[in-house]
Amino acid sequence: MSERELTCIICPASCTLKVRIEPGGSLKIDGALCPRGVEYAKQEVIDPRRIVMSVVKVVDGDLPTVSVKTNKPVPKKCIQEVMKATASIELKAPVEIGQVIIKDICGADVVATRRVKKVNSM
Amino acid sequence: MLELNYDSVVIGAGPAGIAAAIRAKELGLKTVLVENRDLLGGIPLQCVHPGFGLHYFREDLTGTEFIYRFFDKMEKLGVEYLLKSHVHSIELVSHNEKIVNVITPQGVMRLNTKTLIYTAGARERHIFEINVVGDRPAGIYTAGEAQTLMDIYGIIPGKEIVIIGSGDVGLIMARRFALEGAKVKAVIELMHYPGGLTRNIVQCLQDYDIPLYLGHVVTRVVGKRRVEKVVVTKVDEKLKPIKGTEFEIPCDTVVLAAGLIPNLDMLEKIGLIIDPYTRGPIVNEFLETNIPGVFVAGNALVVNDLVDYVVEQGELAAEGAYYFVENDGIPTVDWKPIVRGRNIRFIVPHYVSGKRDVVLYARVQQPEKNVIVTIPEVGWKMKQFNVRPAEMIRVKLTKRLLERASSAEKISIEVIPGE
Ligand SMILES: Cc1cc2nc3c(=O)[nH]c(=O)nc-3n(C[C@H](O)[C@H](O)[C@H](O)COP(=O)(O)OP(=O)(O)OC[C@H]3O[C@@H](n4cnc5c(N)ncnc54)[C@H](O)[C@@H]3O)c2cc1C
Ligand code: SF4
Repeated sequence: MSERELTCIICPASCTLKVRIEPGGSLKIDGALCPRGVEYAKQEVIDPRRIVMSVVKVVDGDLPTVSVKTNKPVPKKCIQEVMKATASIELKAPVEIGQVIIKDICGADVVATRRVKKVNSM
Repeated sequence: MLELNYDSVVIGAGPAGIAAAIRAKELGLKTVLVENRDLLGGIPLQCVHPGFGLHYFREDLTGTEFIYRFFDKMEKLGVEYLLKSHVHSIELVSHNEKIVNVITPQGVMRLNTKTLIYTAGARERHIFEINVVGDRPAGIYTAGEAQTLMDIYGIIPGKEIVIIGSGDVGLIMARRFALEGAKVKAVIELMHYPGGLTRNIVQCLQDYDIPLYLGHVVTRVVGKRRVEKVVVTKVDEKLKPIKGTEFEIPCDTVVLAAGLIPNLDMLEKIGLIIDPYTRGPIVNEFLETNIPGVFVAGNALVVNDLVDYVVEQGELAAEGAYYFVENDGIPTVDWKPIVRGRNIRFIVPHYVSGKRDVVLYARVQQPEKNVIVTIPEVGWKMKQFNVRPAEMIRVKLTKRLLERASSAEKISIEVIPGE
């Protein structure tokens, strides 16, 4: 594979990027309207990454779950590992936005993106 | 019965209503925000994915993070609100007196108000509205219902999913299901092009190897108690199903992401005039409808893809309400209509005075490349590499620019081929 076509997902312009791997191993990228597209294409070819999001169960809260995300994009091949980890835990309210739920998984932290207040269980 | 008096009653506590209530309170109006559900926040509260607030906060937030910033502001300002409160009806008494009858857990309440800001969002089209025949077993959900189950209650509604509709909502739901380990068998799209953004096709479908069937429809649902399969048919250029192209996809769940329609029944009963293109109300530059003192913002006004615009509309409606209360009505002016030109499906607002800055929102009819969006009467132009129905066009026209059209009878917006 020496040429690949990608769609830049950084902004809604959705540029079509043509990535060519030169004989020396360097990358040549055409079609980006801005430098962020070039960065994206390099990353996507060498090590594609995504933000992962899910929900985690919470007990004694005003909501039964808290939403979470990775605070950085993680390698695509790690997505399932993150999902397994978030599925296996249960938190106790309260949970604050930004609170670290799982530390250092696939090079990122899983953080809370919703607030869950504590309510007294009967 | 409890009777209370307000300057402004806001109906629906999604981002539009919350932004409106905050702005109204900041402007010193006596305001209350009324919400049906037991939670504030509307759709963003159950959107766990990023993509919110890029314009408003210049940050990429999840829907949940986005809406909590507004909750914090509401709390700080002491915005009054009612939860689990169902607006039963609205009555018009005079141009500046309306009655909102609300059923609350504490009993029936009667809210007398000078203005009304209606922000109840849009309703999702259901399966009986899109010509799907067959059985009606368990396992059919709208995208919103599925999202509430998954992302508020933590319940995954099925294992093998077929999604109807390839707008951003359908694509984002496909990824949510795939992430949670469900098998998304297909996304079915009637049109011959995808409804959502290309970036969502990439990061929501291609990342998870989810097949997208363009130019196809689900014609039948089959299942006794639970969905067992769907029948899918190819359509021709005119979107008519082609006989003999039917095939089956086994699945246990059908998720409908087949479009939203502004939820306005309550206002239609009191004489609201609807624009057939947006299916929302006809409004002036304050987002005031044909009923004096009734303002509409957010998805109840026009189905928005970006929450940032929803918030902007909510704030504007509150400013309109303030202007109304201050002047005992929006002063009459020579309203100039804004009309649709080539490749424009709709435009909001419908009338402007030319005496203040306005923001226009439009959608195109068809995807088109290398075009110029123009408003000839004011000499405004914008080159666009790509226009697509999925992306709303937002144009801010300043008062100075509008003055150029002072002698024009109308203002028109159109998309023309670029050089
Ligand atoms: C799956 C999905 C993904 C999305 N992703 C993005 C994204 O990535 N980025 C982005 O910017 N936008 C996104 N959006 C769009 C955004 O969520 C909406 O544009 C926005 O929520 C509309 O706000 P609203 O306040 O008009 O309506 P809503 O959020 O629908 O809120 C309406 C509120 O009114 C209440 N209500 C209804 N009827 C009544 C009544 N009779 N009495 C009292 N209350 C009532 C409802 O309960 C609800 O709380 C997404 C939407 C969906 C569905
Ligand atoms: S290359 Fe730049 S302009 Fe094009 S989609 Fe990517 S970020 Fe947007």
